[in-house]
Amino acid sequence: MIAPAARLFLALSAAWLLLESATAGEIPLPERRSGYEFMSRETRAMQDDDTGNPGTLWVLDGEALFKRKAGAADRTCFDCHGDARESMKRVAARYPAFDPARGRPVNLEQRINTCRVERQKAPPLAYESRDLLALTAYVARQSRGMPIAIAIDARTKPFLEAGRKAFHRRQGQLNLSCAQCHDEHWSGKLAGSPVTQAHPTGYPLYRLEWESLGSLERRLRGCLTGLRAESYPYGAPELVDLELYLMWRANGMKIEAPAVRP
Amino acid sequence: MARAVVTVPAQARRGEIIEIKTLAAHAMETGFRRTQTGELIPRDIIRRFTCTYNGIEVYRVDLHPAVAANPLIAFTTIATETGTLSFQWAGDNGYTVTEIAPIRVE
Repeated sequence: MIAPAARLFLALSAAWLLLESATAGEIPLPERRSGYEFMSRETRAMQDDDTGNPGTLWVLDGEALFKRKAGAADRTCFDCHGDARESMKRVAARYPAFDPARGRPVNLEQRINTCRVERQKAPPLAYESRDLLALTAYVARQSRGMPIAIAIDARTKPFLEAGRKAFHRRQGQLNLSCAQCHDEHWSGKLAGSPVTQAHPTGYPLYRLEWESLGSLERRLRGCLTGLRAESYPYGAPELVDLELYLMWRANGMKIEAPAVRP
Repeated sequence: MARAVVTVPAQARRGEIIEIKTLAAHAMETGFRRTQTGELIPRDIIRRFTCTYNGIEVYRVDLHPAVAANPLIAFTTIATETGTLSFQWAGDNGYTVTEIAPIRVE
């Protein structure tokens, strides 16, 4: 038998736990908004029309690179993978993915460079270089319209948790966490611009502010600098963990790559 | 490498107003920016864009340093006869790109 007082206590703590999970949890799928929905009509039109979307320039470069021989192995991406329109379908929707050789998740850019080094015997492409962005954009383009599907298993769980922790950790001189803006105040504005929910649905994307295509890591580094925090170098495990968490948090949303953002 | 992309309807009726879109890959370096050590980055922009329809100029743009990178130029013209639309971008440091697109007019 449980005493009435104890029962009340249990009920209260259960209610508190429910409340806690409701506020601390991820944004439920019906309430999720892609950055696209915060944009002006003109910027949306730019993204929707391939002929007006500057990301197309990188996609076309990527297509050419995919079929160009590189490295000591004198092989093209096409030689192994065949037609990217088939072989690269849904690939961007499941990255960052676990790489057994490294024992940790890698993002799409790192995966492409692994292929370059190990299969093509070519030097890796620099982060944010035109060629790496072009190849990534071409690969990601093949997943457009497909839902993000990050599968978490025992191997990737610790990295997802590390990413989640980073998202909720206050950092920088402004002492803000990602969650404070993107979970709690996504409907608000920051210096006149929408805060948004931080779903990485369209990377690599063309940012009008950059006047260029850029990766999710470039965006994250920009956010960290905005917090007056010291940002991690490109390819840092901390950034990839955060990318993994953000992509998992956007599970079920459609890939827009290459998107356009203001 | 993709230097420019043009979109022209493959066919049109005579007298129809057609929309043409062009996108050129270019950094449009303004000439006003400096490096971290203070040296001026020289200007490197597209200066002029022209479109000719069967040899007749139908559209021309002068571009200036304030134009953003990868300029998107969209305009309309009237489909008069079957033939070729030719597009030319010209700019600093000997930059020239030419693209052509066929059009069938019925």
